[in-house]
Amino acid sequence: MKKVEAVIRHYKLEEVKNALTQAGIQGMTVTEVRGFGRQRGHKETYRGAEYTVDFLPKVKLEVVVGEAEVAKAIKTISDVARTGQIGDGKIFITSLEDVVRIRTGETGPEAI
Amino acid sequence: MKSKFWAALAVCFFASATAGQLFAEEAAVAAAPAQAPQPNQFNSGDIAWMLTSSALVLMMTAPGLALFYGGLVRKKNILGVMMQCITLMGVMSVIWALYGYSLCFGDSVGGMGLIGDFKYAFLNGVSPYWDGQQSIHPALNASIPRSVHMIFQMMFFIITPALICGAFAERMKFSSMLLFSVLWGTFVYCPVAHWVWSDNGWCSEFNPKAVYKAYDFAGGTVVHITSGISALVCALLLGKRLGYGQEPMPPHNLTYTYIGATMLWFGWFGFNGGSAGAADLRAANAFVTTHMAAAAGTIAWAFLEWVVRGKPSILGACSGAVAGLVCVTPASGSATPMSGIILGLCAGAVCFYACTTIKNKFGYDDSLDAFGVHGVGGTLGALLTGVFATRAVIPAVPGVVTEPCGLLEGNANQVVAQAVGAGAAMLLAIVGTVIILKIVDAVLGLRVNQAGELQGLDINQHGEEGYIFY
Repeated sequence: MKKVEAVIRHYKLEEVKNALTQAGIQGMTVTEVRGFGRQRGHKETYRGAEYTVDFLPKVKLEVVVGEAEVAKAIKTISDVARTGQIGDGKIFITSLEDVVRIRTGETGPEAI
Repeated sequence: MKSKFWAALAVCFFASATAGQLFAEEAAVAAAPAQAPQPNQFNSGDIAWMLTSSALVLMMTAPGLALFYGGLVRKKNILGVMMQCITLMGVMSVIWALYGYSLCFGDSVGGMGLIGDFKYAFLNGVSPYWDGQQSIHPALNASIPRSVHMIFQMMFFIITPALICGAFAERMKFSSMLLFSVLWGTFVYCPVAHWVWSDNGWCSEFNPKAVYKAYDFAGGTVVHITSGISALVCALLLGKRLGYGQEPMPPHNLTYTYIGATMLWFGWFGFNGGSAGAADLRAANAFVTTHMAAAAGTIAWAFLEWVVRGKPSILGACSGAVAGLVCVTPASGSATPMSGIILGLCAGAVCFYACTTIKNKFGYDDSLDAFGVHGVGGTLGALLTGVFATRAVIPAVPGVVTEPCGLLEGNANQVVAQAVGAGAAMLLAIVGTVIILKIVDAVLGLRVNQAGELQGLDINQHGEEGYIFY
């Protein structure tokens, strides 16, 4: 099992969600996050006081998939979330030890 | 010791109040044979407009200033700002009824035009009373009762210290702010209002014996110069907020600031329009001139930003509107709408410079630019009133004022009179605020402690949070 975390643009969330669902990947968790990569932030000015805002708002989407679906998930997200401009985001993939479905107590791939 | 003091104070109030009542009755008896004026006969149109205006001015503090300032602070301090506004609505109102109105509009102590006596203390001679046969509503003049004048002026007494809160926002203790506002209202606001607005103030346009008749229609000097200059003194004496200049302190919600600013604009129609004291031609002109100045101020600040910094900002447009309104306040009763546009343009440009350049150069932390907008805009307005005042506007009844009024009509002395009035108000604002702050510092201290300031005034001073998300 793998956990796929994708930090993407806000306005891409709906498209990515639909594409993942169509690809047969079930369930996801979404968080509002702020951060920066190579893009860095922008300048804001309030009555002459200038601030550099480095932490830009993004959306982090987490899905957990079986080994067979990892490549499909990554391809779907990167195809749909890509605009080609700086700031499209990143995808992080980690190995997942276990999953528990609280209601039934199932564990492992069946619990995904 | 303390109780003796209060007892003595109460006796003083009572004695002067009773004396006032006796004199009033004597005067009424003396005037009776000539032409018996019907008591309680007023102009319902004037009363309606003045009550409406009073509500409009209260709206400037209650949601207006609270949102305007509230949006500009960091989110941990929003309740601190709102609490200051609503508490001042409570405290200043009560003080005004107890003695504030009397200090401003009572007879001059010793006839010097410096401060009023206790004639109207406890609303004696202001609120209705039973004279043995009928109820009497004391009159200000033939058109409105004194109670209406009192409540309209009360709203100014509330908003003026609330404006100063912008200078010490995010760091002053709530208790100290309260004590400061009470002392400041008593010893700075009341005298200046008496000088400028009472029939016997030493620089009042209503005092026929005054050498310098400063035009201050709606409070450019009384409200904005006093609060703006005192704000600068507060910013200097309290010192900077922790981390000022090192960490970002951007406004936490400019949408609030926008709502607040537009409410100020709306409420200002009552602030200036109501200052005519009647629903008359001068009120109509003040209404129009006020709007034009706000419009021009908005354009000036936002467009200057656009040119200088590349982008016009919401905060700039809002600030420009307020700057224009501040500047036109003293002039609205004596300048034409076209002059209002010039006043607004000047205010937008000058206050923009004050808030963005002068402040950074000198490095004082006037958190929300109470000085940069109200002090600078108010002073500019006081002086420009002397330039643009015209006899075309001043008399509600044509023909009352026939001499040239402002510089443009050839009366350079009016600019001098304006400068004298403004200068005197500044002097009292500086000296009074320094002394009051020293007293408050000695009794209560001025600032919350370091941990409290980092935590935020909302939790530290009030035990609440503005935003709770689950």
